[in-house]
Amino acid sequence: MIEYQDVAAALQRERGDAVVVTAMTQTRFWKAASDRPELDIPTNNSMGKASSIGFGIAIGAPGRKVIVQDGDGSLIMNLGSLITVAGKSPKNFYHVVYDNGMYAVTGGQPIPGAGNIDWPGLALASGYRAAYSFDDTEEMATEMPRIMAEEGPIMIHVKVKPVITTNLGVIQTWESNAVMPAQMRSVKAELASA
Amino acid sequence: MATEGLTAGAMVHRIAAQGVTHVVTLPDSETNFMYDTMTESGMEVVQISREGEAIAIAAGLWIANQKPAVMIQNSGLFESGDALRGLGIGIDLPLVMFIGYRGYTRHGDTPDSAAQFLEPFLHTWQTPYWIVETDNELGRIDLAFKKAEETSKPVAVLIGAEYVSV
Repeated sequence: MIEYQDVAAALQRERGDAVVVTAMTQTRFWKAASDRPELDIPTNNSMGKASSIGFGIAIGAPGRKVIVQDGDGSLIMNLGSLITVAGKSPKNFYHVVYDNGMYAVTGGQPIPGAGNIDWPGLALASGYRAAYSFDDTEEMATEMPRIMAEEGPIMIHVKVKPVITTNLGVIQTWESNAVMPAQMRSVKAELASA
Repeated sequence: MATEGLTAGAMVHRIAAQGVTHVVTLPDSETNFMYDTMTESGMEVVQISREGEAIAIAAGLWIANQKPAVMIQNSGLFESGDALRGLGIGIDLPLVMFIGYRGYTRHGDTPDSAAQFLEPFLHTWQTPYWIVETDNELGRIDLAFKKAEETSKPVAVLIGAEYVSV
């Protein structure tokens, strides 16, 4: 299994000026790794829609890479989005799926089908151009530059070591809930000025 | 030219005139006649697998500085309720949603719960709406786009009739 921060580090090395959309636990680790926060969108208030938001950006800004850092629990809420993405087949769309087999932010309850889901198989059967799967840190880090140089849509499935939130629940404040809309406007301005 | 019903060509022309770049849609029995016309309009049609994706994709397109519209049926709007909350109203997204008003009878009494709950749903989500049944009423589309821009919130245009022709 791979640590979250190692996936984030490998993606950061390859992100360039890509827009990065994150869900749930990935947001925490990406925030620590990212050197272009003005191009990052955390979607913790979207209930599984990170892939759809990223897809909209990808087809609206086809000259810009979009990296979606999804969770397995998040993506099964919106599994049809794989078909929708493949229907347009955006070459700039990179879909990273962190597979911990559980709902980490609610205390670690297993997701339906945990351990039995063939994520690369789902992506390929849906029409993604390519899909890769990693459970070894070194192999992932070695392969990431080549993969990120390919045309999408691509799924990168990573088997990660679970990091369970122990305080049971996402703590929300007015300030934390304002982050996603503010970051969306930041990315919108960045794309407008490009 | 005025008609007694809705024609797809007039409707699509009106939407395109607002500068819409993408129509995020899942065909339904009220709006299906528009599909071919939309694909020939210059607007990009973005097909979705289920309506719950629509507002999230529209949000992404808006972030990319495009001007999307959504076209789904009322039953699909109910499926989209959380996205309307979090990714429409919650991010101040100026968006016009064209909603097929399945079950609309023009006199209130309807056996279709998709129709019974549509307007209460929109009131609950504090989403303004206009009903369009004929080409004579297409000016309401302009009002909807104006309202969406002024308030930076989602608004709805309810399609209260099937199209009489393309």
